Formats: sequence, C-alpha cells, structure tokens
Amino acid sequence: MWMAFIGGLLIGLAATLMLAFNGRIMGVSGLLNQSLKAPSQDSLWRWSFLFGLIGGGFLMHALSPSFFADTSARTFIHVLIAGFLVGFGTTMANGCTSGHGICGVARWSPRSVVATGIFILSGMICVGLLRWMGWTF
Amino acid sequence: MDLLMKPLIALVAGFLFSFGLCLGGMTRPQVVIGFLDLSAWNPALLFVMLGALLVHAPAYYFLKHRKTPFLDLHWHLPRTKKVTGRLVFGSMIFGIGWGLAGYCPGPALASLSTRSSEIIGFVLMMVAGMKAANILIGSKK
Repeated sequence: MWMAFIGGLLIGLAATLMLAFNGRIMGVSGLLNQSLKAPSQDSLWRWSFLFGLIGGGFLMHALSPSFFADTSARTFIHVLIAGFLVGFGTTMANGCTSGHGICGVARWSPRSVVATGIFILSGMICVGLLRWMGWTF
Repeated sequence: MDLLMKPLIALVAGFLFSFGLCLGGMTRPQVVIGFLDLSAWNPALLFVMLGALLVHAPAYYFLKHRKTPFLDLHWHLPRTKKVTGRLVFGSMIFGIGWGLAGYCPGPALASLSTRSSEIIGFVLMMVAGMKAANILIGSKK
C-alpha cells in the first residue's frame, strides 16, 4: 500500500502545481472536454497537460507493462458502454475523480464532497450488483 | 516567457499525475474495481486519495490567502456552491460506468499506452458521452 500512498503524493503534487502556478483545478474530464471544443488561448496548456498525462503512460509502459495489467472479466461491449457513461456522467457532474475527488475534496467544496460520495456509492452498488450476477474481477 | 510557462507547468503536472496514477495502481482496472467491491475490498484507491489530499489540502489552505496564482492574474476556481440535480445525476451515472470498467478519465488516458482496442474504444466512447452531455446541457440553457 506504500506505492499507492506514494502515487497519491505525486498526484497531490501535480494538482498543487496546477493550482499554485496556473490557478487551475486539475480535473481531467473538464480539461479533456474543453480541449476538444473550439481552440482558445487556453488550448495550449490544456493540450500540454493531456500530452504529459498520455506521454507519462507511454513512459511507464516502456518501464513495465505490468502497470497496466487488466484481469477484470468484463467484455468489450461493457467497456464501450462504461466509456460512454463515464464521459456523459462526468460532464453532467462537471468533474470526475481528479477534479471532484481530489481537488474539490481538498478545497472542501460542498459540490465536490457530495459528488465524490455519490460516485463512490454508485460504483459500489454497480460492482455489488455485478458480483450478485456472478461476475468475477 | 510567461506565455510558455503555463503550458510547461501543465506538461510537468501531466507527467507527475500520470506517474502517480500508474504507481498507485489506478491504471489497473481490477485495483479500482477492488476498491468498489465490498466483498473483496482493496484499499489502494483510498491510500491514493489520502496521499493526494495530504499534499493538496494544506497547499490549498496556504494558497487561498494569495490574491493571485504565481503565473496568472486570477484564480480559475468554480464559483458555484449549489448542489444541483444535474450534479447528483451525473455523479450517479459516472459511478456506474466507473464500476463497470474500472476506468475514470485520467487513468483511461494514461492507459492509451497499451494501444489495446478496449482502451481506445473506451476513450472514444467517453468523448462521445461528453459531446452528448454538452448538447443536453446546451439545450437546457
């Protein structure tokens, strides 16, 4: 669990850099959504962040593909449905695990605390139902 | 100079965030699903959140006394404080998708490095979902 904690420290550091220097919330869903709209003066830093996020994944994959091991049992069609729900839900809620779960909770924003509680609870109910239906992960 | 500093900070933050997600196990769907699975609970995601909050919450506490961030003339923080039906509904839908695939937006983008058809499909459908929500939100205004 030490690795998870150290990973968390790095994520907190990244969020702090974005806030302290750029005055921005490090929220991936909003950042991605905005970056795919008409170009603006904010496009460059948004694309830079996304380049780092995706590029960092490629570096870690080169270091060890095991960082991305996927043993869960769902099928391709479930993954596609999940992708749509994640994109739709995070945009409706104005944030995801990073923007609400970390940045928002750190600021103790009532909206983010409520959103985080709900998506964790909703995810637990979803996984609980899938378990009940006989899925293994 | 300042024009390039903001993208540079964002680039560094993007890399750090990505490394943190990978080290924290967040790019392994079964670890994320394990946190949501009360029958075989895996607390890794909780430790990731605690680590992130341990750094970011005190940082916010000190930064909020400043009039501006270091490289900008304003803070770009959400002003609205109201818990709306849209926030609650969106979070519920997000949670279902999160539990189903074990990916949220950040780890999904970092996992594009696997070049698997699953993750590429996930990201494309995630963008489609965002576009659909944009249309729905726009039409209600």
